[in-house]
Amino acid sequence: MSSSPPDRRPMGRPVAPLLQAAPLALVLLLFFVFPLLATAVVSLWNYTEYSLVPDVTQRNYVEMFEGCSNLGEGLCTTFRTYLSTLRLCAMVWAFTTLFGFAISYFLAFHIRSDTMRMALFLVCTAPFLTSNVIRMISWLPLLGREGVVNQFLISTGVVDQPQDWLLFSDFSVVLAFVHLYTLFVTVPVFNSMMRIDRRLLEAAQDAGASGWQTLWHVVIPLTKPGLVIGSIFVIVLVMGDFVTIGVMGGQQIASIGKVIQVQMSYLQFPAAAAQAVVLLGLVLLVIAVMTRLIDIRREL
Amino acid sequence: MTKRFGGAVAVDALDLKIPAGTYCCLLGPSGCGKTTSLRMLAGHERQSSGDILLNNSEISGLPPARRGTAMMFQSYALFPHLTCLDNVAFSLRMRGVLKAERHAKAREMLRLVELEALADRLPAQLSGGQQQRVALARALVTNPAALLLDEPLSALDPFLRGRVRAELKRFQRELGITFVHVTHSQDEALALADLVVLMKDGRIEQQGTPFEVFDAPRTAFAARFMGGHNVIRLPEGLIAVRTDRTRLLPPGAGAVPATIRDVEYTGTGYAVTLIGPGREEWTALVDEAALRARPLESGQAVGLGWDREDLRPLAED
Repeated sequence: MSSSPPDRRPMGRPVAPLLQAAPLALVLLLFFVFPLLATAVVSLWNYTEYSLVPDVTQRNYVEMFEGCSNLGEGLCTTFRTYLSTLRLCAMVWAFTTLFGFAISYFLAFHIRSDTMRMALFLVCTAPFLTSNVIRMISWLPLLGREGVVNQFLISTGVVDQPQDWLLFSDFSVVLAFVHLYTLFVTVPVFNSMMRIDRRLLEAAQDAGASGWQTLWHVVIPLTKPGLVIGSIFVIVLVMGDFVTIGVMGGQQIASIGKVIQVQMSYLQFPAAAAQAVVLLGLVLLVIAVMTRLIDIRREL
Repeated sequence: MTKRFGGAVAVDALDLKIPAGTYCCLLGPSGCGKTTSLRMLAGHERQSSGDILLNNSEISGLPPARRGTAMMFQSYALFPHLTCLDNVAFSLRMRGVLKAERHAKAREMLRLVELEALADRLPAQLSGGQQQRVALARALVTNPAALLLDEPLSALDPFLRGRVRAELKRFQRELGITFVHVTHSQDEALALADLVVLMKDGRIEQQGTPFEVFDAPRTAFAARFMGGHNVIRLPEGLIAVRTDRTRLLPPGAGAVPATIRDVEYTGTGYAVTLIGPGREEWTALVDEAALRARPLESGQAVGLGWDREDLRPLAED
């Protein structure tokens, strides 16, 4: 470069790029930053049975972890709730990942024609044309004591008593979650798989890799970004859920989302906000660890 | 061997014997079955009928890795998530060779292709020519008896292509193993091969040394595909004459009349484009001195002639 282009605005920075970025910045500010800040601020407020008191107090956080330092008497309520939520989350994550991966693998590598692949992919998304709640509630007549599944099991003689664990149990909650969220894993994983050059699979075969070795050493490493994105979806959705756990668990299973919802219904907004802040911190931590393991930006 | 896809015959009764240690080029236009033939050799396609023998043992029932062949894929198919070293060591890893041992072997292969310094790079961080050498090292690490190369130079820019081509030939000579190289470029085949196999529509059109195939095409297709020939229909039949052996004579002389359309300077001489009586397009290469002695311009009528021994009668298709 022998000469640099003349600088038309020697003083100050150009305005146009800032204006171009302004609409999105405004939207994010209004719908993302502001609610988060409001939650954080309210979590420091005080409250009585009938009023919110603007304040800067640690009361909500202190009450949340009351008795948690004393492990001798067993886990405190908050820890037990988190543990229950994390356990559900882990089960749902394991199943959605397994099914999502298997479905994507089938679509990406076993279906040869593009038309067929797109058709089957659309079939996968078809249930999403109905609402979450309806898809969830439609499990109830299937799984209940007098439900279709129990009737079938009794009539075929597999069991002689109606099975209670089918509904309002961990089983039904995980089942509903897996049903609702498997697609959230399938889509990013499918996307990752479709980007894999088919010649890599032949190259692996040429190098003497068995089917499982190809899967483990080639397909899974190259699908990791999709798996991480899918996992983030599932973890975020399950950790914050209260409807599915409430309906499918018969309001018997503890979850953080449920706790927040109950506090909201008693107008204990500051306490709910404090719970939300802690939950947000935990989920962000999980995501931070996962994105540290795999660079998903490379894929986006 | 024969390969059918549904009703379509991709490779029709291919009968080819490649002596050990030969650099063999399967040459032909796209869709002629050359890649399918290579993939059958590699074991990525199963032949519909026929046998494949390597060192006199039947390999057509064996999986790719047990055939004693190694394949170098078009655009190389390097594993993007593995370093060069791990790419080269991949097949050893699949066999359960311990890390220290397989890395030592892989390093040795990378040294052979002069890429040892880049062992820890990912494929995306390498140039096209370097990727090609990693692919070569990966293919060679299993000591194959035959290396199968699918359009190995097509992913490179023209400048690199020439250099890498020379490298391939050098490796083949030094290693002394059989190379089977699929290409659609006759330049590549002529420059590299000991044995050129020209294919068309799933059949072998002609095979021989590069000189034999270029200098004495058997058919009009071979003459046109190899280039450098004028295909001319004479009363006694179809013939080919090399463009550099085609002489321009005064009108009325020679075997066929033609009209000059263009005279192009090529640096080493002139390429004269000619139009025949039936609108055929021919070329004659004329050296500078001859052109200066007898200037030519477009529109001029000439006669084409050649020496008796330069005439190559062609089989009718």
